Amino acid sequence: MQYPVILYKTVKIFFKKLGKNMTKKQLSDSINNNILNYNKWANWKKYVFISVIILFFLFLYILSFGIQSFLQQLVNGIQLGSIYALIALGYTMIYGIIKLINFAHGDLFMFGAYISCFLGNYLIAHNFGFPFIVVLIFSMAVTALLGMTIEKIAYKPLRFKPRLAALITALGVSLFLENFFALSPENVPFPLNKIVFGPRFLPFPALIADATYDIAGITINNIKILDIIITVILMILLQYIVKKTMIGKAMRAVAFHKDACLMMGININNIISITFGIGTSLAAAAGTLFALTYGQLQSPYLGIWPGLKAFIAAVLGGIGSIPGAMLGSYVMGISETFATSINSNFGYVIAFVILIVVLIFKPAGLLGKFTKEKV
Amino acid sequence: MNKKLLILLILVCFLFSVSVASAKIVRIGGVAPLTGGAATYGASTKNGCLLAFKAVNAEGGIDIGGTKYLINYIFEDDQGSPEVAANAFRKLIDQDEVVAILGSVMSKCTLAGAPIAQDAGVPVISPTSTAVQVTLTGDYIFRACFLDPFQGAVVATFSTNDLKAKTAAVIFDNANDYTKGLAEAFRESFEKLGGKVVAYESFTDEDKTTDFSAQLTNIKSANPDVIFLDAYYSAAALMAKQARGLGITVPFVGADGWDSAEFPKLGGEAVEGGYFCNHYSPEDPRPIVQNFVKKYAETYGQTPDALATLAYDAALILIDSLQRAGSTDGAAIRDAIFATNLECVSGQITFNENGDPIKKAAIIKVENGKFVFQKFVQP
Amino acid sequence: MKIIKNIINLIKKYYKFILITVLVYLLIEILNGTTPIVPRLLTRYYMQILMFALINIIMTVSLNLINGFTGQFSIGHAGFMCIGAYTSAYFTTILFKAAKMAYFPQLALFIFSLIIGGLMAAIAGYLIGLPTLKLKGDYLAIVTLAFGEIVRSIVRASDEIAAFLNRIGLINFSETIDKISGPRGLSTIPALSKFWLVYVISILSVVIMRNFIYSTHGRACLSIRENEVAAETMGINTTRYKIIAFSLSAFFAGVGGGLFAHVLRFIHPDNFSFIKSIDYLIYLYAGGMGSITGSILAATGLTILPEFLRVINFQQWRMVIYPLLLVILMLRKPDGIFGNREFSFLVPKRKEVN
Repeated sequence: MQYPVILYKTVKIFFKKLGKNMTKKQLSDSINNNILNYNKWANWKKYVFISVIILFFLFLYILSFGIQSFLQQLVNGIQLGSIYALIALGYTMIYGIIKLINFAHGDLFMFGAYISCFLGNYLIAHNFGFPFIVVLIFSMAVTALLGMTIEKIAYKPLRFKPRLAALITALGVSLFLENFFALSPENVPFPLNKIVFGPRFLPFPALIADATYDIAGITINNIKILDIIITVILMILLQYIVKKTMIGKAMRAVAFHKDACLMMGININNIISITFGIGTSLAAAAGTLFALTYGQLQSPYLGIWPGLKAFIAAVLGGIGSIPGAMLGSYVMGISETFATSINSNFGYVIAFVILIVVLIFKPAGLLGKFTKEKV
Repeated sequence: MNKKLLILLILVCFLFSVSVASAKIVRIGGVAPLTGGAATYGASTKNGCLLAFKAVNAEGGIDIGGTKYLINYIFEDDQGSPEVAANAFRKLIDQDEVVAILGSVMSKCTLAGAPIAQDAGVPVISPTSTAVQVTLTGDYIFRACFLDPFQGAVVATFSTNDLKAKTAAVIFDNANDYTKGLAEAFRESFEKLGGKVVAYESFTDEDKTTDFSAQLTNIKSANPDVIFLDAYYSAAALMAKQARGLGITVPFVGADGWDSAEFPKLGGEAVEGGYFCNHYSPEDPRPIVQNFVKKYAETYGQTPDALATLAYDAALILIDSLQRAGSTDGAAIRDAIFATNLECVSGQITFNENGDPIKKAAIIKVENGKFVFQKFVQP
Repeated sequence: MKIIKNIINLIKKYYKFILITVLVYLLIEILNGTTPIVPRLLTRYYMQILMFALINIIMTVSLNLINGFTGQFSIGHAGFMCIGAYTSAYFTTILFKAAKMAYFPQLALFIFSLIIGGLMAAIAGYLIGLPTLKLKGDYLAIVTLAFGEIVRSIVRASDEIAAFLNRIGLINFSETIDKISGPRGLSTIPALSKFWLVYVISILSVVIMRNFIYSTHGRACLSIRENEVAAETMGINTTRYKIIAFSLSAFFAGVGGGLFAHVLRFIHPDNFSFIKSIDYLIYLYAGGMGSITGSILAATGLTILPEFLRVINFQQWRMVIYPLLLVILMLRKPDGIFGNREFSFLVPKRKEVN
């Protein structure tokens, strides 16, 4: 009988502390951030503490599962994280500029994967050279066009309307895309039956010959290495565009203050269009890599859950921040893999638990900036 | 509130328009997912049922109590959601006044619709709902597929006796009652036969999971003799590919969820040499099987999968029962279904007192992208 | 005498509201074939859809408390519904076998179980609200989403969790959990949600929520929506009011879940997925944030719409038409159908100052 009592007391104390301390903590954080020149490493004790806890768990894991298994799971986790990262990059970018959770992102991811599938099949049937690069670029371009069209039709008219209206529209677009493309061609009248994908499972063409390497007992696949490399390249490229180019500067300006941009002669419509184009082409790249890695397209609904997980990863890392999205994705991918390997029932939940815990302690995500509300 | 009324009035108009045109027609309802993640399964189920009913209609209809009736197959979409399935069952029963319902595909949908049909006294034959609870809802609820314990035992027996496996690993979907029940049954029978299940891994919902590397890495370090890939064909193909990618070389076994012409295409090299338990073998020389496979391929341009086969069988059972019952009364049909002793595609079918079929299972091997019949197993 | 006088006053004050609810009820009952004059036009199919619509009204109006009136952004409403549904179904199906009871004890048990379900959901709302309501906007949204999914996953893995707790010798409730049969869904729930009951409870819930909104506490919530910093400056304990709104909303979501379980008579964790929360979000915003009228009409209309498309044999297209209509609606009327407006009978008359 004593266990529940202890449990209850712990929970009570936990919540009591949280309830009292949070405002104070937030206050001190924001004061530190804005008034005193806040040193990030001032409370190094906290970081040491967290690292010790993580190391302790890693040690426990290695003790019970063995080092080999640990390294293999790490590789698996990094690879899973890369897929999340690719989707999350697009999410976070669009969010960063127009503060819209683009729920249709997962469906554009799906669209990109299907386009690559059809084109890939065609190219392989006609013995085309370098099918992977062609497919990747083509599908990124087509999906970017679709993304920009959606933005023009569905989001642009709502730009200066309540933010949530755009969110619901995004939900509507998402539902529409998945349900429309899932219609089976036999039941659809003529012009449309050439467009819809149907609900069937499709094998994805092997654009790159599969090869497995065995390094010290850890098995790794060439496609998985490719995933990681492409993710890193795209992230660096994106960071470069946003931080170093004129367009990137304009994007940051639009994110900061739209009206001021108008006055400074920045064409915000074009900038937002370009942002959407880049964001959705990233989704298409992710879709192509995803399909290539797993070799299968399940149905036009396949984008929902990767999209949602990537969104969570983006929030975890601090939404709007590009390195944050990357970090969040890897944290999620790795923790999900380890949790699954410890007990496969909890792998699914762990992403959400980590998210809640992180957000309780860092309300703006791992790398996000806590913006003080202006009065 | 005016709007609501207006909509209601329109609904009512439709009710009348539906109920006017009916002479010498017997209505049979069908429920399956046509939209949503499980739409592929729904399409197969619909195709299987339609094939059986079209054949009957082409011969001038079904003979019930001396009169010829044409079958009107009314199909409803349940989106794979229990709530929508409940609406679909209600609509079929109250609106269309169907004499019987074939559906639904997923156990959760059938379980949501079953109490409605049970109360209304409309017999339901679910082609593919394997959960034990389904037929326990009442005496009007039947199914055409194996029960999980039976199939699990078949796979376990085959693994022990023919594959000489001492240890096995299981990977299953814990969000799906079909795979979960099967995994439990397999573990139980396999350990009863003297083997040991060294890894018992699960994942959540195959619609949402595409990466199984964490579970497969665990399985690899457990080093089993055989791996039971307990999932529908798409997820099983994914798992097989990833397992081979991780350097696992032991054979795979599976259950009837594997049965689809798509499976070898999706799995490619990885699923070669895998064995699974199925309801029938396409090579079976019985005319009913050959006829079915041929007609299905002619009509829909593909080989029937397990869902289409079971749906076809369910339709055959219903047609046969309707003829023997000699009336469209629910209770009479129910009694006729209980008395079924019919040769179907998946073998001679009789029902036990719960409404579960008694039949035997075939073991099929995947060879060069084709399904090759191995043997019949009765545990 | 005073009581009667009070009642008369109350009726006088709210006669429009009472008249409308009673008339709608009578109309439905007449169409349902209760009187011998009019044939039964509403089959049980329509009644079932209407019951789902009423439950969706409770859910949407309660979501409106958080999203519309307090200005927070929650997308995990199905989680509360799940808690309510499972709790009340546990009481009526497993703990007491309501199916074998006489009419009145059964009714009492059902209402009791609904309230317990609501309370459990409210406690969950309190627990999740306390640490997380400090979060702003999208961060709160994502936490509530996570909460909904965690609830669902716990129910789904309940047998494994129970087995685990049993193994390490903490608590042994495997047997109970087995009966809930998490991943397989809980069936054989008695059909206790009669139409009149669902109707009365939904009206009551809406009235209570409306009264809350026009009370002092409700005003405080509104002020949080309008400007949190200003509200805090005026001495309103924003955290406290957010938690009150959150818990109250969760309570009614729990009640809605309990009703839902007893209409459907079968509950499965998949009933309460993220998609379900999104549905309510759509009902809410289509109707108009901060408008009870809008919530009621949109919940009714959008519940009926897919079934209507089914009846007119358009079922292939219904999941395409539904989002398309939604997008068009949001483009034409970004504030929802009703925006902030209400039917007059839902708004209390202003007292004249001086």
